[in-house]
Amino acid sequence: MSAKTLTLALMDPPYESANSTTALRIVAAALKKGINVNVFAYEGAVNLPFKDQAPHANPVKGTTVEEEEHPTTRSFVASLLEIGNGDPLLTWVNCGLCVDERGAGNSIEGVKRGGPGDFLKMAQESTNNLVIPTR
Amino acid sequence: MNSYVFIESRDPFESRDTEFIVETATTLKKSDNEVIIYLVQNGVLAVRQKAVGSHLARLAKEGITLMADDFSLRERGIVATEMISGVQESNVAELIEVLVRNNTKAIWH
Repeated sequence: MSAKTLTLALMDPPYESANSTTALRIVAAALKKGINVNVFAYEGAVNLPFKDQAPHANPVKGTTVEEEEHPTTRSFVASLLEIGNGDPLLTWVNCGLCVDERGAGNSIEGVKRGGPGDFLKMAQESTNNLVIPTR
Repeated sequence: MNSYVFIESRDPFESRDTEFIVETATTLKKSDNEVIIYLVQNGVLAVRQKAVGSHLARLAKEGITLMADDFSLRERGIVATEMISGVQESNVAELIEVLVRNNTKAIWH
């Protein structure tokens, strides 16, 4: 198991801010370096791994779903969980109350339910922490 | 010595909030800390030579390390030859190396 661990707190919902893209890039880069990563998804960020997200066609360009290859954040998170399924390990915790408020309980496999106490524990045990807030 | 990494995502021409980075980073540097600013997203718009009034030259003069995210540069069509001196093109992998060093605090802005 890698000795170093990075914990991130995310708050932005999907498809709203470039923060989400950057956060997922940071997670991917850390895992590629063999660094364990914890993600605590808070507020709108609990929708990042929402299983019901569906790619769509683009009627403006006239492209089909297949041609458009519209990326979903849930597929990005699924890929990251696949990379981080052991050593290094990616632990993704969705804030339970935030999930309930948003009806976002149907997450992809591998996403855990937790609360701020989990974030505190992960932060205390990490090499470093990064909070990416909404503006 | 402590290290501080500011990850600056904001466009200085959109938000006066970036002055927070200038004041805080400069103060920390003068207090004998290592200070790194990693520019990402619209934060990289300040690296252009034509960005008149950019705050980055002041930060470079203070000895603060300025790194610009390559992905964000490419998205915005900014090439290395357009960048002011004192800013180095970087990437998320290098950011990770900094983040996992001992005694390093990370601040997203």
